[in-house]
Amino acid sequence: MNWLHYWRAMSGIIGRELWRFITQRERFISALVRPLIWLFVFAAGFRAALGLAITPPYETYILYEVYITPGLIGMIQLFNGMQSSLSMVYDREMGSMRILMVCPLPRWFLLLSKLLAGTFVSILQVYVFLGIAWFYDIHAPWQGYLWVMPTLILSGLMLGALGLLMSSFIKQLENFAGVMNFVIFPMFFMSTALYPLWKMKESSALLATLAEYNPFSQAVELIRFALYAQFDQQAFFYTLGAFIVFMAAAIVGYNPSKGMMSKKGGA
Amino acid sequence: MNINTPSALCIEQLSYAYSGKIALDQVSFSIQPGECTLLLGPNGAGKSTLFSLITRLYDSREGQISLCGYDIKRQTRLALAKLGVVFQQSTLDMDLTVMQNLLYHTALHGIARKVALPRIQQELERLNMFERRFEKIRQLNGGHRRRVEIARALLHKPALLLLDEPTVGLDVPSRLAIVDYVHQLAMEENLAVLWASHLIDEIFPDDHLVVLSKGCIKAKGTVTEVLAATECASIKEAFYNLTQGESS
Repeated sequence: MNWLHYWRAMSGIIGRELWRFITQRERFISALVRPLIWLFVFAAGFRAALGLAITPPYETYILYEVYITPGLIGMIQLFNGMQSSLSMVYDREMGSMRILMVCPLPRWFLLLSKLLAGTFVSILQVYVFLGIAWFYDIHAPWQGYLWVMPTLILSGLMLGALGLLMSSFIKQLENFAGVMNFVIFPMFFMSTALYPLWKMKESSALLATLAEYNPFSQAVELIRFALYAQFDQQAFFYTLGAFIVFMAAAIVGYNPSKGMMSKKGGA
Repeated sequence: MNINTPSALCIEQLSYAYSGKIALDQVSFSIQPGECTLLLGPNGAGKSTLFSLITRLYDSREGQISLCGYDIKRQTRLALAKLGVVFQQSTLDMDLTVMQNLLYHTALHGIARKVALPRIQQELERLNMFERRFEKIRQLNGGHRRRVEIARALLHKPALLLLDEPTVGLDVPSRLAIVDYVHQLAMEENLAVLWASHLIDEIFPDDHLVVLSKGCIKAKGTVTEVLAATECASIKEAFYNLTQGESS
């Protein structure tokens, strides 16, 4: 076992995932349609209803479409993280996950590789989305397009790890839809993706607190600042912390002697 | 055979339970290189559980499993490197070609592409599948998919090949071709084979048998030894008596 083995295995896992994504045209299109509908329809409709004050990282009044762009990037990664874990439940049921799990590498490394593969797919989607948004007059400073890349890796890993953790607990594919509703929607709507925290405080202090501590909010803020070539330290450490916690729990979940795999009789 | 050569597979006093229900109870047997062992048992006998434990998909709390002398719990990666598996359900990626599926497997085993390509060619040619290497798995029939899975399981040169009811759902010619091929492999490549089945006609006269029923080993040994121990004229009769007529 040497580093070359690890490198080849990780390249194989990432390459397979990217290839699958590129060749599955419907998946590619649907991954883009969702945030674009939010941008073109929801944001356009909401523009008049929601007044936005000047808050960092913005230095001037902005359109609502500009405000929700980082939230929609987060949405792409959130859905992609869940989609990856859904495919893991599917792979487990269909058996192809077994091939991964019986290869002679540490399980944490295999899970991390799978997670990185999903993250790269999500980053691909994000840049295509940003490209389309650019033609819709949503422009960030050019440095922002570079700065956002490392933050997308971290936020993608964090959201993917959450999906991975969920997949380790889900026994059957059918159970996944319910969990999606209980995780994706509360996580998305109870965050700063669609409305700023100060605006939320005006209507409900509790909701604002929940949104503030929602890891998805922190990931969105990290992306928002990075898109303007700024670094949000608190959001960075919060997202990193959430990733470590979710990943550690997922590794335990996939451990044959400690986790859920031993209890549910399926791998 | 060198007496110091470790068994390809050695299982000692292995037990496993699902939520208190015993699936395997004090199971012990071993397989030497070049031996083809058929694990016979009706549905629910514990065959798939045993396979999940050997492949470390489950963890055994009681008993020990070692592959080529490597303990599956303590030396997991060394043990798994010696193992080739064909699961009961197809584990191929339907949207990828034969070649892509096999290259993915070699990448997981850390095999360089320049080494992998000739091996893939060799294994596919032996199974008459090389011409179809650029076809998607979805386009292949059940028998051909199984052949690809067997080829894949051999790419990293394992010492032990596990097959979990690989012929289920196949027509008779495909089934016989796979049975013949695996027996040939055991003989020519000195490969140890553990083949789970409930089909008596897959047994060759020189095979070793392990008969499992309700999680317990009811008989083990060569075909002749099992027939002598059960005082039966045929394996079918012996199997029926040992499993007390459980439906297979």
